[in-house]
This record gives sequence, C-alpha cells and structure tokens, in this order.
Amino acid sequence: MSDPVSFGPDLADVFGPSQSDGGPDLVQLLTPEGERVHHPEFDHDFSAEELRGLYRDMVLTRRIDVEATALQRHGELGIWAQLLGQEAAQIGAGRALRPQDYVFPTYREHGVAYCKGVDPLRLLGLFRGVDQGGWDPNENNFGLYTIVIGAQTLHATGYAMGMQRDGVVGTGDPERDAAVIAHFGDGASSQGDVNEAFIFAASYNAPVVFFCQNNQWAISEPIERQTRIPLYQRALGFGFPGIRVDGNDVLATYAVTKAALQRAREGNGPSFVEAYTYRMGAHTTTDDPTRYRLNDELEHWKLKDPIERLKVYLRRNGLVDQEFFDDLDAEAKELGHHLREGCKALPDPKPLDQFGYVFSEMTDEIAAQRDEFAAYLASFEGSHS
Amino acid sequence: MSTQKITLAKGLNMGLRKAMEDDDKVLLMGEDVGKLGGVFRITDGLQKDFGEDRVIDSPLAESGIVGTAVGMALRGYRPVVEIQFDGFVYPAYDQIVCQVAKYTYRSQGKVKMPIVIRIPFGGGIGAVEHHSESPEAQFAHTPGLKVVACSNPVDGYWMIQQAIAHDDPVIFLEPKRQYHADKAELDETATPEPLFTSRVVRAGSDATVLAYGPTVKTALKCAEAAESEGRSLEVIDLRTLSPLDMAPVYESVRRTGRCVVTHEAHVNLGMGAELAARVTEECFYSLEAPVLRVGAFDTPYPPSRIEEEYLPDLDRVLDAVDRTFAY
Repeated sequence: MSDPVSFGPDLADVFGPSQSDGGPDLVQLLTPEGERVHHPEFDHDFSAEELRGLYRDMVLTRRIDVEATALQRHGELGIWAQLLGQEAAQIGAGRALRPQDYVFPTYREHGVAYCKGVDPLRLLGLFRGVDQGGWDPNENNFGLYTIVIGAQTLHATGYAMGMQRDGVVGTGDPERDAAVIAHFGDGASSQGDVNEAFIFAASYNAPVVFFCQNNQWAISEPIERQTRIPLYQRALGFGFPGIRVDGNDVLATYAVTKAALQRAREGNGPSFVEAYTYRMGAHTTTDDPTRYRLNDELEHWKLKDPIERLKVYLRRNGLVDQEFFDDLDAEAKELGHHLREGCKALPDPKPLDQFGYVFSEMTDEIAAQRDEFAAYLASFEGSHS
Repeated sequence: MSTQKITLAKGLNMGLRKAMEDDDKVLLMGEDVGKLGGVFRITDGLQKDFGEDRVIDSPLAESGIVGTAVGMALRGYRPVVEIQFDGFVYPAYDQIVCQVAKYTYRSQGKVKMPIVIRIPFGGGIGAVEHHSESPEAQFAHTPGLKVVACSNPVDGYWMIQQAIAHDDPVIFLEPKRQYHADKAELDETATPEPLFTSRVVRAGSDATVLAYGPTVKTALKCAEAAESEGRSLEVIDLRTLSPLDMAPVYESVRRTGRCVVTHEAHVNLGMGAELAARVTEECFYSLEAPVLRVGAFDTPYPPSRIEEEYLPDLDRVLDAVDRTFAY
C-alpha cells in the first residue's frame, strides 16, 4: 500500500471545518436571544424609528406569506412559494436599497417587492394564473419574478453594465449613483448562468450585488449537495469579496447589504452576500418537507426566528409599547383583508387575451390565429340556451 | 448615385456601423468582436471607432452573452450579440427561449426586448463539427422570436439595420459560406423593402422554388439550368422565417401549381414542413403535385469531406423539380 497522493491544500485547512451554525465569519448584530452585538466592519447606528420600521416590515411580510399560503389552501392560488423564516434576509436587503437601485428577484422575494413598493396583490397574479407577473418592472425598479433558476443573475449583470454606460456609477452623487441586486438561492449557486454572471460581473467590474439566501434547502436537496465549501467563500475565486451574514438578523443583513450596494455604486464592482437563513416552510405549497428533513432541524431554527429576536430587543429596551403592537396588528389584518378580497377579485384573462403581447405589435400571423379562434368560439354562441 | 460592389461580410459590417451611428443605444457584444473584428471579420474596425463600451469582447460563455443582453435591453439599450458559430448557440438556448422570447409577453407588453442575435449558419466551408449547423427551425418554432435570414450583400446591409431598429428580438441568420463569396452593387440611398417580407428573386411559370440564406444561390442556379432545358422556375427568397410572409408564395404556387422547398437544415420538422403544410392548405386546388422538400438528411452534420453529399445542391433540387412533374 502506498501513501495517498498529496495534491494541493486540504479543504479543511483553507476553509475551516464544515459548519452547521454559520461559522466564525457570520456577521451578526442581533443574536437569536435578542442581544445587540457589534461588528468591527459592518455596523449601523439604528434609530428607534428604524428598528420599529424593520420590525413592522417583517411582520407585514410574514402576513403576506401567511395570507397567500391560506389562499392557496382555499383553492384561490394554484401554488405559492413561501418565505417563512426568510423575512429578515429580504427586509434587510430590501431596505438597504435606494430608489434608483434595481432588483432582479427569484419567485420568492415577496418581502423585497414590498420594500420596493410593489402592491403585494400584484404578486398573486402569477400564482393564481391570471398573469405571469403583470407589474411594470421599470415602475418600481423591480424585475419580474423569474422561475428558471438563476437566469435573472445574468439579467442583473447586463442591467448593471447598462448603468455603467449611463454614467450612474461612481459619480459621487448619492442621488445618482445606482447599483443592482440579484437575488438567488443556494440551489441556484450550482447553475451555469449564476457562475457566468459572476464571471461577467467580475470581468466588467459591474455594480451588482449577488445576494444569495442560503435557506439550506433546494426543495429536498440539502446545501451539501450544492457545495463542499461555504458559499460565500466561492466569491474570491471569481475575483470579488464574499460575506456571510446572519440572514435571520435583519440588522446585520441591512448593514452588510448596504455596504455591498454602496461599494457597487461607488464603482468598486460586484460582491457576494450569503444570507445564512432557513426555509421554515415548504419549498412551495405543493412540497412536503417531512419526506426529507427532520423536525428537530426546524425546531432548532425556530429558536432563531428573525421576527422574535427583534421583538425581544424592542421590548427589552423599551422602544415599543402595546399601542405599537396593536396598531401593527390592525395594519396586518387590513393587509390580509386586501389580499383575500383582492385576490378573489383579480379578473381572469379572456380567451382571446392569450394572443396579445407576444410581440410589441401583433403580427398578421397571430392576428389570423386570433380571428380564427374568435370565429370558432363565436360559432357556439346561442347553442347553449 | 454612388454605388459600390461589396461582399456580404462588408454589407453586414457597413450595416452595423450605420446602425451604431444612427442610435447610440446600439451595443455589439460577442466573442472576439473587438480587436479581431470577429472570426469572420463582420465587426472589423468597429471597436476602434466606437470604443470598448459599445463593442464589447465578452467572456467565452454564450448564455452569459445573451443573458446580459436581456439586462441591457431592460436598461434601454439595443444589444446586437454575435454567436460565433451556429453550433455554439445551444448554451444560450435557455436564455433565448425562456427569457428573450417571453419577456414582452410576461410583462404584458410593458417591456420590449430589442435584441438581435446574429448567427453565422450553414455549411460548405469545410469546418470541423459544430461549425456548419442550421438551427433556424428551433427558433422559428419558439413564439416570441422573429427569425430572418439574409442571402446576399445588399440584403445584409439593409436587413441588419432593420433588425436592430425593430423592437422585438430577432434571430439574424447569416449564410457564412456567402460572407466573402459574391459581390453585389449596393446603393446606400435606395429604400429597402420591409424586413419581414419575402421576395421573388427570379420570375418563372412552371414551378416555384422556395429558399432562404445559402440555398437562394443554389435555387437561382437551378433556375438557370432548368431554363436551358426549357423549364421556367420561379425562385422566392423567403428572407423571413418567422413570421412567414406567405402572400407571394401563395400567389406564385397558384400560378405554377408546383412547389419545392430547399434548405440546409434537416428535412424532418424543418421549415419545409411548415411551408408545405401552409401551401397545401391555401393552394390545394392549384397544386399539380405534392410540395417536395430538399434539405439535409436526418443525420448529424457529417465530416466535411462529404458535406457536399449532405447539403442540398443543384442536382438534388432539380431532381425534386423533375419529380413534381411526374405527377
């Protein structure tokens, strides 16, 4: 027997031992117990107003998710992609944005959409089957939901390259300088498009923040199926920095994303933020996580709930009173009502609507198909009296 | 009136230059399109004159090229991307079919995708595998894409400008074996025909031959040869493959009663199949014979030493014409 061949450094020597708790590099400003801690590089002096605002945002985002999940159970939505447990990652990232920044979402960024001012009701259309994302991406600088995993990271990079050409990067004017944030998940990190986006963004020094919500699961496949090293460590190999932040800590996610966006706006290129979080719900309402993961794991992560820890902090420091919670509860109820009633009132598209918008102007070919189908439909009129 | 004799490569190069002069939102991107001017020199000199911000050498990743073009289009640019060879478009297939083709539909018309994807296509240059393919049917089959093919230098000049000015995504097919072959007289002051139109390039009365891209030249040679045998062939350069411009085709076939389609792509489920179906539906009582197709066999592109036995040539097209007269 010969000795094993030695070939390069040992992974554990370079990246440290495998981690299940985020590891020593995890940026955290608020512990799961609600204790405020400080970080030498990423910090922010949050005002009481900001803290209450972030809490409110997370509560309302969870309400959107809970209502939409219920609407699916009642048959009003065909499917819903739940974000339960990822509220801090999305609100932290969403609130770090300036109006001129542009978001490229997956299909789960309901909290970011909310931050960008997209009416949550508009998000339901795709899942109800009345449209495929009917909002105007340029109205709120929030792209359409993208189902094909990771495809939007390239769109984000191209958009950022456009910003460079428009002279809105690195001018020093905070009202003018802009950046792009590309959302994706741990599963998408395996996609070719995501890796190509990293390469293009690095090559052109594009102002894009790659924001990965590592929620530990890609439907039934654990993070270990996607990577042998912590995801944030991959960034260096592509030529830009990567930071792992506690994605259940809205304060840390906000501070880290804000710094990453500012870096991009100043013309210093792309960066990677791995928001280390957990998908407490199912992948979608059609998924059954009990088939592939242990309840113990979920119970463990429930103790790190992103909303609870901020609630504890706010209460312990006397930053909120009962009236705040009562008002927020009323606001959440109102939002729920808006979603329930609004969803049921979303108009179904008409049979002939399917012919519209294939192109900027309808071609004669499609117009002929539409007319033929219209005549066919009309041929039944009066036959079912 | 000043005219000049140009090749297809020159026509495309001049057309790209004109489009970039006319609209500063036009960007070119692709592999080796900068200093080298592209492997076929179609973008020759453009980076020098328009700068690296507008003529962008990309990393070697086709999905990346098309995917970033989507983002640029969202930002208000009009990207023109070069896929180096037909066989290399497949890594970008997902971005083209799922993103480029659908963005306008998904956004209910709120977003336009003015992207031109230039693809040198077809064989006949003695290349190694993956350099001689004809993928047009795969794109023509995809709703949301427009697909055109130029066949000559003058069309190259005008059609590339029209494609760039168009608000929908256009797959722009360039017959690579014609790039540096024949020259034609270009009058830059002329008014071009609209982009999505077919054209009768040789009038005839006995049979109609439909062609596009590289096979237009083959079809015209057939018509010459047939004429010496006393048979008059009408040749139509389809130019647009999606949408199809069928009016000139129907008009022609109703007169001739016979129709042969030729393309370099495989026959099975190729453009010829769609053309045959439409001609049969619309010209049924005028047809003296079934519509025949002459294309590549349903085999992968062969080693180049036998590619001329694979590609439709003058004799095979004439043979098909003969067969339509046997009915």
